[in-house]
Amino acid sequence: MNNYLKLGWRNIWRNKRRTLITIASIFFAMLFALVMRSFQFGSYDHMVNNVVQSYTGFIQVQNKDYWNDKVIDNTFSISDSLIDLVKSSYNITDVVPRLETYALASYKLQTKGVMVIGIQPSVEDHLTHLSKRIIKGNYLDDENSGLLVSERLAAYLKIDVNDSLVLIGQGYHGMSANGIYPVKGIIHLPTPDLDNKMIYMNLKSCEYLYSAPDMLTSLSLNIKDPHDLDATVAELSKKLNSNTYAVLSWKDILTDLVQQIEIDDYSGQIMLGILYMVIAFGVFGTVLMMTSERKREFAVMVAVGMQKTKLSFIVLIEMIFIGIIGTIAGMIGSLPIIIYYYLNPIRLTGEYEKMMEAYGIEPIMPMALNWEIFLNQFIIVLILILIAIIYPVGSIARINVIKSLRG
Amino acid sequence: MSIIETKKLKKIYDDSHVPVKAVDGIDITFEKGEFAAIVGPSGSGKTTFLNMLGGLDNPTEGEIIIDGINIWDMKSRKITDFRMNNIGFVFQAYNLIPVLTAKENVEFIMHLQGKSKAERHKRTRELLENVGLGDRMDSRPNKLSGGQQQRVAVARALASKPKFILADEPTANLDSKSTATLLDIMERLNEEENITFIFSTHDARVVKKARRVITLEDGVVISDEVK
Ligand SMILES: Nc1ncnc2c1ncn2[C@@H]1O[C@H](COP(=O)(O)OP(=O)(O)OP(=O)(O)O)[C@@H](O)[C@H]1O
Ligand SMILES: [Mg+2]
Repeated sequence: MNNYLKLGWRNIWRNKRRTLITIASIFFAMLFALVMRSFQFGSYDHMVNNVVQSYTGFIQVQNKDYWNDKVIDNTFSISDSLIDLVKSSYNITDVVPRLETYALASYKLQTKGVMVIGIQPSVEDHLTHLSKRIIKGNYLDDENSGLLVSERLAAYLKIDVNDSLVLIGQGYHGMSANGIYPVKGIIHLPTPDLDNKMIYMNLKSCEYLYSAPDMLTSLSLNIKDPHDLDATVAELSKKLNSNTYAVLSWKDILTDLVQQIEIDDYSGQIMLGILYMVIAFGVFGTVLMMTSERKREFAVMVAVGMQKTKLSFIVLIEMIFIGIIGTIAGMIGSLPIIIYYYLNPIRLTGEYEKMMEAYGIEPIMPMALNWEIFLNQFIIVLILILIAIIYPVGSIARINVIKSLRG
Repeated sequence: MSIIETKKLKKIYDDSHVPVKAVDGIDITFEKGEFAAIVGPSGSGKTTFLNMLGGLDNPTEGEIIIDGINIWDMKSRKITDFRMNNIGFVFQAYNLIPVLTAKENVEFIMHLQGKSKAERHKRTRELLENVGLGDRMDSRPNKLSGGQQQRVAVARALASKPKFILADEPTANLDSKSTATLLDIMERLNEEENITFIFSTHDARVVKKARRVITLEDGVVISDEVK
């Protein structure tokens, strides 16, 4: 074995320039692929974490009909046993109950349709850090019955802290839902759409207003390990009666975002495909030249008693050397770039900035520093090299010893 | 018993319109310790004949029996192993592995045979000293003259302790001085160690050294003289 490694190693340096060019092509393709993927995955993680952690939660438990018909009749009852059941999954860290519905909000001469969310202020704050968004007044506490009004909505209604807002809506099973509440605080929501229509209130007051005691539209769940998301969703779906509940992951809820990520990811994969082609053809050409110009030498080796399979093995070793040098160089070369942008995320401007803000996401593009990306690319490129050398290495088996010796 | 025996050996190339009878029925035997030259005009079938003896090219008809074994009854992988263990080859030129030193080239076959490190080293040194290259063991082929390369090739051919050595025009690319040196070495190995050499040549000086001269013409033996 050592003998073959030695032979392979020396062989690749017979044509230094060609070997270096091949290594360089693998190096650059690898470097580019790693930087690009780290950028992409980094920004996906950033977007998802932002939205998921500031609003939806990783998983939501809803009434099975709520997703398609978001009305207050499609609620479910909260109970300790339900919460215990959900919490019994190892991956669940936070369970955040919400009652979301609509109302007409009216202050003096202004009236507007708004979204009303009943929350448990301390629990909610733990998941979404809502209290950090207060720009005026105070955050809700678990007892009081005031409101948080989003900034743009407050501006529209021309309402301020300590003013009283009238809410008119429709409660559970058509009950009327009217109330008047003091504004405790104004909050700024990064998503303009949400900022135009949000009102938060204490869950208990909200249930009372809508005649829906102990009723919820969703339980938002935070999890420990995002890798186990699907397993956790499956586990909960099994535990909870599917005639009553639906368990949705953030991917089911944020379909737009998921789609955008998918499109972006797809374009990344096309780029990768092109890079892989560059590598594959470079390697293919190199091996083809290497084997054809050494036919005579191969023939001599076979003549003196070397099996062709061992010859193929030597060429395989040569290409693996080139492949490993190229990929490892690419990884080492990309590390400083990736680490730099991991620590100093690029700040987006223009269109992208607006797009990100529309989702309530800080407009930065951090790099992922993820060894899985490295491992993936490394394995893919090595497999690619193996595929690219099948034909040239196979041609060794077809060498005509006599012809090559004469040639 | 003879070490090589051919029976009605024929090689006909019929890939072109007119079939070429490169070897056209050769019955011949070689004994242990021979020093035999195969001569004849260009195209007379010398290379073809040697390639068949060496298990490199399969006969169209006839048999080659080496130490009682009909070699062309074997499967291709077996023949390759048979060559490794029984036949030494010296080719016209460029037949060393360029990335290996003289020493490593000689060791190469012993590696394939799975010989121990101690045995490899000992034998390699002996063989290279024997061909007068004890001081060039660590040189790569491109640092050696053509004559020196051929001497390494002879050492390599001997490394596996083969039953005989086949050499197709081993001196064709050498100047007269290198030719003389190589022949002296081959002759000495033959006389002192009873190594069997069968070689083809165009060179009258080489023919003069041979103790048996087999002349081919159009694929048949037209004379077979023992001096
Ligand atoms: N692969 C082949 N296909 C067709 N004909 C061949 C092939 N190889 C050799 N021949 C023919 O077989 C005959 C014998 O060739 P061979 O090479 O054995 O002669 P040789 O005696 O070694 O000649 P030289 O002294 O030139 O080396 C020649 O007519 C040659 O053209
Ligand atoms: Mg010839």
